[in-house]
Order: sequence, then C-alpha cells, then structure tokens
Amino acid sequence: MSKLTRAEVEKVAALARLGLTSEEVEALQGDLNLILEQWARLAEVDTSSVPASAQTIVQVMPLRDDTPSPSLSVDAALQNAPARSGDFVRVQAILSEEADG
Amino acid sequence: MSAELRRATAAQLRAGFGSGAFTSLEVVDALLGAIAQEDAALGAWLHLRTGEVRGEAQRADDAYAAARASGAEAVRALAPLLGVPIALKDLVNMVGTPTTAGSKILEGYISPYDATITTKLKAAGALILGKTNMDEFAMGSSTEFSAYRRTVNPWDRERVPGGSSGGSASAVAALHAPLSIGSDTGGSIRQPASLTGITGLKPTYGRVSRYGIVAFASSLDQIGPFARSAQDAALMLHAIAGSDPRDATSSALPVDAALLTLPQGDQAASAIKGKRFALPKEYFVAGMEPGVEAAVRAAVAALQSAGAVIDEVSLPTTEHALATYYIVAPAEASANLARYDGIRYGASKHGGGDLLDGYLATRGRGFGPEVRRRIMLGTYALSAGFYDAYYLKAQKVRTLIARDFDRIWSAGYDAIVAPASPSVAWKFGAKMSDPVAMYLADACTIPTNMAGLPGLSTPCGLSEGLPVGLQLIGAPWSETGLLSIAAGYEALTADAPWRAQEPTDLAALGGAA
Repeated sequence: MSKLTRAEVEKVAALARLGLTSEEVEALQGDLNLILEQWARLAEVDTSSVPASAQTIVQVMPLRDDTPSPSLSVDAALQNAPARSGDFVRVQAILSEEADG
Repeated sequence: MSAELRRATAAQLRAGFGSGAFTSLEVVDALLGAIAQEDAALGAWLHLRTGEVRGEAQRADDAYAAARASGAEAVRALAPLLGVPIALKDLVNMVGTPTTAGSKILEGYISPYDATITTKLKAAGALILGKTNMDEFAMGSSTEFSAYRRTVNPWDRERVPGGSSGGSASAVAALHAPLSIGSDTGGSIRQPASLTGITGLKPTYGRVSRYGIVAFASSLDQIGPFARSAQDAALMLHAIAGSDPRDATSSALPVDAALLTLPQGDQAASAIKGKRFALPKEYFVAGMEPGVEAAVRAAVAALQSAGAVIDEVSLPTTEHALATYYIVAPAEASANLARYDGIRYGASKHGGGDLLDGYLATRGRGFGPEVRRRIMLGTYALSAGFYDAYYLKAQKVRTLIARDFDRIWSAGYDAIVAPASPSVAWKFGAKMSDPVAMYLADACTIPTNMAGLPGLSTPCGLSEGLPVGLQLIGAPWSETGLLSIAAGYEALTADAPWRAQEPTDLAALGGAA
C-alpha cells in the first residue's frame, strides 16, 4: 500500500476543517501511515460474498406519530452560542458584496 | 461510620436508608468529604454538585422518614436508588452542569437539557454528585487524553485507570461513589473496570438510550454502569435501560424486572452448575501478560469446579476486529464531530479572518491530538475513492465478526469467558507516543462492540498486585444472565484472599492531597 504523502495529509486536514501547524501535519503523517498498515491487513479477508452491516443487532426502526411537542426554548437553545443577535446565532458574513450582486 | 458508608454498595445504602440505620445526607457528606480530601491526588472528578446534592439528600431522607411512618410497604415502594449518590461521565448532559466530554472545544458549555438517562436516574431517585474525567470525546484507553486533568489508578498512583471512562472507574474504585455511568464504544467501560478492580457492564447496543450523550461512534456507543458488585450494576442498568422515542436505535424490549432481584450468595453460586461457557483461544494472544492469563484461567477453573462446562472455541475473525474498529469508529467520529464548528456552542475562534479561518482555528486548536488523529483517519476513510476499500470493507468484516459470535450462541453457550484486558494498569506515558500500542489495549473488548453484544468485566484476582478482570460476553439482550453469572462468580470466590484487598493507594490519596 502506498503511503500518505504530506500533501495528502494536508488535503484531508482541509476536508476535516482542521487548522494544523506544520509540525502537527508531519506528526500526523507518521501516525496515519502506521495505522494504515494495520488497515491494510483487512484486504486479506475474503468478503466477496459478505453483505455489509451498519450494525448487527437486528431491529426494526420504530415509527411514531408526527405529533408536535414542546422543545427547548429559544433562550435555552442559544445559551451556549458564542455570539447572539436577538433570537439568532450571529456569524460572520459568508457572502461578499460582489457575490451578493 | 464514615468509612463504612463509603464502602457500602448501593443495595446496602438503599436498605440502610429504608431502615433508618443511616441517612442519605450522612452518606453524601462522607463521600463529599472523601472527595475533598482525596480528589486532588485521584483526579477523578471534573465537576461537583456539592451545593445542590446535599439538599437533594435531605429531601430523600424526608421521603424515607415519611414512608417509615406509613410502614414497611411504603418504604419498599420508594424509588430503587432513592438517595444513592452516583457519578456521571462528563459526556452525559444534565441541565445546568458543564458537559465537556474531556475536551477544550466544549469548555464553558452548560447543558440546556437532560440526557434521557439523566432523567431516568433522577426518576429512580439517584443523587448526581458530579461529572467525571474521561479521554477527550471517549477516544483513548488510559484517560491521559483528557484535556483537563490526570486521573490516577487508586491501586497505584503511578498508573493509569484505563479509559476512556477512567474518572468514573476510579471514583467507584476509590470509594467516592457506589455507582457511576460510563460509555463503551470499544471497551471504555470494561477495560477501566478491569484495570481498577470493579464491575463494569456494556449493555447490548440499543438497550440504553443515547439521547443527550455526546456522540463518538453511533453504531457502537453504549452507556452502562460501573459498580462494586454485580447486584449494584443490575440496579443501575434497570434504572437507565428502556426504549426512548428520542433515540430510534433504542430497543422496544421491556426492561427486565429481574435486574432488581438478582440472585445472591449460595443461590447465585449454585446457578453456575450446568452453565456452558465458551473460552475463545484467540483472546489469549501473544503479548498477554502471564499474570493476567493465570488469573483469568483460575477464574475459569473456579467456574468449572462449580459445575460449569467449559469448551475451548475459536472466533477466527478476532484478529481483524481491531482494524475494523479503527476504520468504523473514526469514520463515524469524523461525521459526529463535524458539529463542533464554534458557531452554535463551545469554544470559538471565529472573528480573525473569514468563516473558513474560523472553522480551521476553532477545530485545529479546540481538539486535542488523539481526537485530531481520529478525525483525520475517519475523514480519509470516507473521502472520495477510498470508501469501498475502507469503510465498506470494514462493514463487511463486521458481518463476519458478528457471525463468529452467532455460532457460539447457536451452539447453546450461556456466555463467552475471556480476559477483559491483555494487561494490568500500566504506567503513565507508557503508550502515549505509540497510537497503535494504545489501540491494542482494547483488543479483548472491541469485537463485542463490533457485534453489538453485551459484555461485562468482573474482578477475578491480582497480578503484580494490580487488578485483573474476567470478561463475560453474552448473546444480545442477555444482560440479566451475564450479571447473574457474575454474581455467582462473586459468591464462589467470596473468601478468596484477593477479594479482601482494597486499592493499595487508597490511604495514600488522602495523604497526598
């Protein structure tokens, strides 16, 4: 199995939205490649006629009536928000003025 | 008196409250006193409800006094854990308490709601003393990955308590609470129970609601009790089990009332006769400590002497369970942990640049090294082009692991007997620089999670003066049976010298504070 390159590690970090230092990328590259060696051993297992299991305790997903019931108040739901504006979570602008037009 | 109250089991406390031999407030004060004196050295607790819990104990005592005035039947009718102090792993939401999951990214977070198990434990009368330390997001096997503090093993302050539920395990082992809640995704209840010499049960996937529990790997996570007896573990499982409309994976099966009246003593011991146990050869792996193997084999011999039938069996996919787990669990974790974005709650580093900079800074600085490793692994496993080779492949191997176990149940075995951990508690730092070595610490517990089965660890002796756990694994929904077997084993070994041994560093904890 080919090893993860530094660029591939950086790409995965970007996908995961993890801002990493150069030293952290380097350490992760080593760690991930060690763990991928363990993963590679699964290729030895013949699963050609085996179905996948998302979980193995067979049960029917229950249905219930779609009945409204009380939920968290706005204040309770927003009590942990880092920034709040009225009944909303405040975030940075995600569109520039050019994009707006 | 105070020392006796600390040692009492939940069942003994309930009986004593009922008879008026002592009060819940006396017990709470004894435990809070011990925690105040010893937790600086033990490091089990992250948050204490000192102010609230004394008032709750007083109200429990008032209820007992009123019931006693009405007669014995009224006392029996009170809630099964009324006035019994317990601990919650710090990934269980409870209104008004901090819930950090051991992570800086949840520093300052205050739960706006109760987890379903919190509601159930309150309804059962339990008093929540506080929240306990854990590996960040339950990712780890030693509790060393907590972002907050080090939890030591009360058997040796130089050694880890196991993990990830190390705080809950050490709190019960150090007599800071008779019961605590843990979570077990790959062994995080059974392995620390083994390393701290207590009982820990991972129920069948779906037995206990996860609503309000910080999610790690949703196809694996289960919640369960730590206790100092099988009977107590059964009492706590009874309190938390059952279907929940807020968790679609929770089972509609009724909660077994027999958990409240688990056989004890001779009755439990005699029930071992005729039981059939499977001993899987793959669990006695190369690298297993000889003292651990000796203690587990001695426990198996004790069961055999009591009339149990023991057969060596093979679970050939055991060797692939670890790799399967370390694909499935990180993949699911990478999805579950995507919610920590610094926008709606938790630590936030937004505001410096654009929105993306805020995400990168919040998550890059908020998560610790092991969580970052798992998110990276999971993101990679699920990324375009690799899904079939890794996640789908692992889901197929999971099917094979489950089939291995199914064959055991089809052959009529009552339980699998095995070690809970290949080693006793190790020294701090011994596995911190080698993630694969840390992952191997869960080799004996992970297959159970992959198959969704219930498993428990019960103390079975000492190796080099440190506790060893016997693991019992059962068919789906067989928790009552497993706990009954554990109660039988307790009775069979009640006079064993190692049972009289208390954690060797217990006295030193107070002196070091």
